[in-house]
Amino acid sequence: MNFSLTEDQRMLVESAATFARKQSPVTRMRKLREDSIGWSPDVWRQMGELGWLGLPFPEAVGGIGGDFLDLALVLEQLGATLVPEPIVASLVAGMAIVAAGDAAQQRSFLTPMVAGQSTLALAWAEAESRYDPARVATRATRTGAGYKLVGAKGFVLDGHAAAELVVSARDGDAVALFVVDARSPGVKLRPIKMLDGRRGAMIELDAVVPADRRLGGDGVAALTYALDVGAAAACAEGVGIMRAVLAMTTEYLRTREQFGVKIGSFQVLQHRAVDMFIETELAYSAALAAAIRIDGDDLAERAAAVATAKVQLAESGRYVTQQAIQLHGGIGITDEHDVGLYLKRMLALNATFGDAESQLARFAARPEFLAGIS
Amino acid sequence: MDLAYSPEHSKFREEVRAFIGEALPRHLRPKAETDSHFEHREVMEWHRILYKKGWAAPHWPVAHGGPGLDATSRFILNDELERANAPMLSPFGLGMVGPAIIQFGSDEQKQRFLPKILAGEEVWCQGYSEPNAGSDLASLKTSAVDAGDHFVVNGQKTWTTYAQFANWIFCLVRTDPSAKKQSGITFLLIDLTTPGVTVKPFLTIGGTLAFSETWLDNVSVPKANVVGAIDGGWTVAKALLGHERTGIAAVGPIGRVIRKCKKIALRTRAGDRALIDDPVFRTRLARLEIRHRSLQMANWRALAGAQLGHAPGPESSILKIRGSELVQQVYEFAMELMGHDALAWFPDPGVIPDFEESVASLFCYYRATTIYGGSNEIQRNIIAKHILGL
Repeated sequence: MNFSLTEDQRMLVESAATFARKQSPVTRMRKLREDSIGWSPDVWRQMGELGWLGLPFPEAVGGIGGDFLDLALVLEQLGATLVPEPIVASLVAGMAIVAAGDAAQQRSFLTPMVAGQSTLALAWAEAESRYDPARVATRATRTGAGYKLVGAKGFVLDGHAAAELVVSARDGDAVALFVVDARSPGVKLRPIKMLDGRRGAMIELDAVVPADRRLGGDGVAALTYALDVGAAAACAEGVGIMRAVLAMTTEYLRTREQFGVKIGSFQVLQHRAVDMFIETELAYSAALAAAIRIDGDDLAERAAAVATAKVQLAESGRYVTQQAIQLHGGIGITDEHDVGLYLKRMLALNATFGDAESQLARFAARPEFLAGIS
Repeated sequence: MDLAYSPEHSKFREEVRAFIGEALPRHLRPKAETDSHFEHREVMEWHRILYKKGWAAPHWPVAHGGPGLDATSRFILNDELERANAPMLSPFGLGMVGPAIIQFGSDEQKQRFLPKILAGEEVWCQGYSEPNAGSDLASLKTSAVDAGDHFVVNGQKTWTTYAQFANWIFCLVRTDPSAKKQSGITFLLIDLTTPGVTVKPFLTIGGTLAFSETWLDNVSVPKANVVGAIDGGWTVAKALLGHERTGIAAVGPIGRVIRKCKKIALRTRAGDRALIDDPVFRTRLARLEIRHRSLQMANWRALAGAQLGHAPGPESSILKIRGSELVQQVYEFAMELMGHDALAWFPDPGVIPDFEESVASLFCYYRATTIYGGSNEIQRNIIAKHILGL
C-alpha cells in the first residue's frame, strides 16, 4: 500500500499546476464562456505537445501508455482553475475506442486527438436512457455501404466542436459503437450552452456510416468502461474544485471583517469550514481509490470504487461549493465572483457519467454487496 | 500508487486470522458473534492470550516487550481483531499510560510498571476529567500538596472508565495553584488501594457500568510516582491524547456494524419480502457503506504515511470526527431496520434474534464516541486553528 507520488508524477503535477495558475486562471474560462467554441485550439495543441492528452493511451497511437492515474493528477490541478479544454470528453470517447476498436481504428481515430489536432466526443445519452448505457433507442441497420444510424443523442459533452463522434446504436440484440465523422451528411448537430458555461450538442442522426467505422466487441461493456473512466475523471476534477473553493473560503474568513472582527474568529463559521475540509479529504480519498482501480484489473472493485467516488463527489462536492457560497455571503451569489462558477461546474460533474442516485443503485445491486452475509 | 497489501503483509493477515480462529476461547465465541458485552474477566482472559502470543501491545518498542511490527502489520492485527469482534483490551494501560511511561518515565518507573501492564497483571484507568473540567481540561482542580517525599491529593475525578476493575489510576493533578492554567499540572500515578480512594461506578445509557467516579480524600502519593517533571504534566497529557485520538477513530468497527445491518436486513421479513429487497432500506445501506469506504481510504492514506514514518497528515485528523459520526449513523440505521425489535432492552433469549440483542445498548453507548477523547467540537476547533489557520 503506497500513495506517494513518483518523481515523474510530482513533476507532472507541478507542470499542470503552473499551467493552470499562469496560463489559464479562472479569468480565462470566464472570457471563453462567451466564445462560440469555449476553448482554444492552440491550447489544445499545447496540451498534446505536453503529452497530457496521451497519458492513458497506448504508444501505438502516440500516447504515453501510462496510467489513468497520471491524467487524474493533471485533471485535479486543471479543475482548480476551471480549465475549459475538452480533455474529459475526448478521454471518454477515446477510452471507448480503446476498449472496442481494433489496432487500425485506434490508430486512425486516436492519433490526431492525442497529438492535440482534433477532439472526440461520446454520443451515448438519449432522452430516455438516464444513466444506463444499455438503454439505447438509436438503431443501426445494415445497408450496402455500411450501416444506417437513425436516432437522437443528447447532451454530447463538447460535441459541438468534435471531429469524430463515438455513437452507440442498437443492432438487433446487441449495442454497437460507431465512430461517426461529425461533418458527414445526415448528422444534424445543434450546439448548446450548458449551465457551467461549457458547450455540447444535441444530435439527430439519419446517416450512413462506412462498415470500417463500426467498433467490435460488446458496446455496453466498452461504454461502461468509458463512463467509469469519465466518472473517475470527474471525481479528480471535482477534488481540484473543492480544494480551490476551500482555499478561497478560508482566505475570505481570514480577511473579511464584521462586528469589528475577522469573521473567521466565529466558531460557527470555523466549524463549517472544518466540515468543508473533511468533505474535501473524503472526496479526495475516494477519488484516489477510483483512479487506482481504473488502472487495475479487478472489475468488481473497479465498479465499487467508481460508484463510491462518484456518490462521495456528489455529497461532498455539493456541500463544499454550496457552503462556500453561504460563507461568502451576498458576494457569493454574484456572477462576478468565481465561487459561483465552481458551484456550476460541480453541478455539471454531478449530472454526468452517472449521478449519485444511479451510482448508488449500481453499488447496491452488485452481487458483492451481500457476499458472505447470511 | 498501489492499493494492494504486499505479499508479506497479506501473509501476516492470514497468520493473524488463523491465530484468532484457534485462540479465541470457545466460551467467548457466542458473544463475539452477537456483539455482546464482554465482562472484565473475559477481556483479561483474552489479554493474557494475546500477551503470550506477544501481541498485547503491538505498538510498544521491542525493548519494552513490543513485537516489532511495522505500522501496516499493526493495522492488520487491529483490523483482524475487530473483524473477529474479539474482546477489546483496555486501552488505559497498553495504549495510554504505558506509552507515556515509555516516553517520559524514569528507568525505575519503566521497570516497575511496564511488565505488569503488558502481562495484564495490573489494570489501569484514567483520571483526567472532573465534574467542572471536561473539554476545558486544564481548569482541573484536584490538588496535590507537597508534603516532603510525597504529595497529599484531594479532589474528584470522573469518567474514570472501568476504575471499578483497576489497580492504578493515572491522574492530572494541580501542583501549583498560582501558575497559569496549563503550567501547574502534574502527571501522577496513584495506587487505587491507597487509603482515601473511593470508586463508584455508574450506569451509562447503554445499561452497562462503563464509567466510574473516583474520589481522592487526603491520599498520600510518593513523589517517585510523578511521570515527567513536576508541573510539567500537560506535556505528558498532550502526547497521550494524541494516542487516544488515533486509537478511537472507530473506522474498523463500522464495517462490522454495516455487516450486521446487512444481516438484519436479510433476515427480517416485511410481508412478502426481506427488508434488503426494499429499495429504500437497501439504498440507505449502500450510502452508509460508501461513506465507510471513503473513510477507510482516508485511513489507508494515513496508514501508508505512517508506514513511511511521516507525521500524521490532514487525513488523520478527520478520522476521529467522521469515524465516530458514522458509527453512530450506522447504529441508528440498525435500530430502524429492527422495527419493533428495537424496543427490547437486554431481552431474555428468544424475544428477538440473538444478532439483534446488543444493538439498542450499543446504539446508546456509542453516543459517547463523539464526546470522549476530546469532543468532536473540540476536534473541529483544533483543525480550524492548526490546519485551516482560522
